[in-house]
Amino acid sequence: MNKLIKYVIIDILRNKIVLAYTIILSIISFSVFSLEDNTAKGLLSLLNLILFIVPLVSIIFSTIYCYNSSEFIELLLSQPIQRKQIWLSLFAGLAVSLSLAFLLGVGIPLLCFEPTPTGLMMIIAGCLLSIIFVAIALFASVLTRDKAKGIGFAILLWLYFTLIFDGLILFLLFQFADYPLEKIMIIISGFNPVDLSRIIILLQLDVSALMGYTGAVFKDFFGTNLGFFVALSALVIWVLVPLQLSLYVFKRKDL
Amino acid sequence: MRLVILFLLYFFNLVFSSFSLIASTIYVGQKTPFHSIRQAVIHASPFDTIFVQPGIYFEHDLNIDKPLFVIGINHPIIDGQHIYEVVSIRASQVLFTGFKIQHSGVGTLVDPAGIKIYNVSNVTVSNNILDDNFFGIYTQNGKACIIKNNTIKSYGQAEQEIGNGIHCWKSDSMQIIGNTITGHRDGIYFEFVTNSIIWRNTSIANLRYGLHFMFSNNDTYITNIFKKNGAGVAVMFTKGVTMINNTFEQNWGDAAYGLLLKEISDSFIFNNKFTENTMGIYMEGASRCQMQKNIFKNNGWAIKIQASCMDVTITQNNFFGNTFDVGTNGTLVLNSFNANYWDKYQGYDLNKDNIGDIPYRPISMFSMIIEKNPPAMILFRSIMVSLLDKTEKMIPSLTPENLKDETPLLKPVKL
Repeated sequence: MNKLIKYVIIDILRNKIVLAYTIILSIISFSVFSLEDNTAKGLLSLLNLILFIVPLVSIIFSTIYCYNSSEFIELLLSQPIQRKQIWLSLFAGLAVSLSLAFLLGVGIPLLCFEPTPTGLMMIIAGCLLSIIFVAIALFASVLTRDKAKGIGFAILLWLYFTLIFDGLILFLLFQFADYPLEKIMIIISGFNPVDLSRIIILLQLDVSALMGYTGAVFKDFFGTNLGFFVALSALVIWVLVPLQLSLYVFKRKDL
Repeated sequence: MRLVILFLLYFFNLVFSSFSLIASTIYVGQKTPFHSIRQAVIHASPFDTIFVQPGIYFEHDLNIDKPLFVIGINHPIIDGQHIYEVVSIRASQVLFTGFKIQHSGVGTLVDPAGIKIYNVSNVTVSNNILDDNFFGIYTQNGKACIIKNNTIKSYGQAEQEIGNGIHCWKSDSMQIIGNTITGHRDGIYFEFVTNSIIWRNTSIANLRYGLHFMFSNNDTYITNIFKKNGAGVAVMFTKGVTMINNTFEQNWGDAAYGLLLKEISDSFIFNNKFTENTMGIYMEGASRCQMQKNIFKNNGWAIKIQASCMDVTITQNNFFGNTFDVGTNGTLVLNSFNANYWDKYQGYDLNKDNIGDIPYRPISMFSMIIEKNPPAMILFRSIMVSLLDKTEKMIPSLTPENLKDETPLLKPVKL
């Protein structure tokens, strides 16, 4: 299995897209910190990068990679290797290379300019988001043989998690404005990994505003150690569930 | 006849002045004739000096009813045993300095205090340490009293179980200088107090307000620090307040303000610093106020200005890193924002005069949404919300059209 992971990583590195991704990330992060004189603004730009670009690149690159290596997967299947091993090493290779790209591209500038809990939280959230969207991409690509359909589905999923979901929440909030929604909101936010990571970063970034009326509810939950671990484990579940689902489909798939 | 009167006057004058000439010094302590301060006070004549040697004195309702100089050496302790009021000053021109006063009684009917000043003038209370009292220093109907360099500490758990640190009621020309107050209900409380000054005090971690002002006209507070109080500083129903060079810090909570201005008029707020408060300034029904050269940094809301405010002028302030710069609750704007520095300003300056060419709108759409629907805070900084804010900036619909800074500065105001 290690051999397989190694092969996948080398293959990913060879096509240089991930390398370009790393370089672009690091150019963006270094420039946002050096253009602005206060790092708070740089952090905000990076937050958008983490919530927007990182999931997009992760999901699209992984989906396309999966489709492109379908022949390689078929070849591997003719060997005496378990399907589970093949799939997991594909996942591991993608997850390692993309989160490594994130760590090098964003993590290093963050540690240089903002070695605070906020910076650390951003690194953790970005890494987890990379891995989560690799898992989601695997799920999207295993569902259908049609490449166009699969990539389209992946983009739709990304759109759903970054935009549509929040729009729906806003809609719900205004429809049910007369009801106490704070606690329900905490649960609902768990259904979107992007929201979840945004909130744990927000708790570091905008703590003063979050101490306001309902903010205090969020702070009381996510701000405590227990809440933080619940949020983190929710993010880990967001890796495991799509991965398990895709594995389940892949094992039974007629290739 | 006239001669006789003159003679009598001369005689009385002589007698009275001899009183002050023969003012003696009395010592209180274990090895002196007086073992209790009460005895010494009873025995003393006006304008005597009483020195109290170190030790612990279980006095209660120590009634200073003539003008005396009562001086503690190395902070002798006066203990009210949790039952009584400790020191009551009922004469003008008393100096009371250098004591440690602890364990006053608790009661809501008589408001027992560590030191209470009743209906007198020109009393000085200085350099005392007050520990675990119900009220710290309480002035009622005082005039021209000085409360200076006292350290006042208590350990209140709930608002109704503890009194205020420095409480002034119906007083005039007071000077509250250099005191440190912790753990009381309100750090400093003013009600019907006029023409007074509050200078260089530190009010930290009080249960309710760091400073609480009611119906107290023409007062000034300068260079005070208000930090981590339950609800910050409240100034209410008052005219002519001047606030200069104060620091408001880390007042966090759902109803916590750096500074709450309610029904305030003709006031001047200059060169203060608001850092990390849930709301820097919250204004309701304020009118004709000037706000100049203040710094707002890392607050949730720098300024919340309700539509009930009128003629408030906000100029030359610096806004850095606030989550929201300005919040409001309606579309009516009768106030003006001019020549402030906003770190979120994205305009340009073609003629290089350091004034932005397009106006800055400090109210974001999302702050209006939160005003209507607080739980929406959970969506803050999401892509969806940024998009909404961007469209709102181009075509304002929800945010008040007139709330804008026509001449935003491109560089922070130098202070």
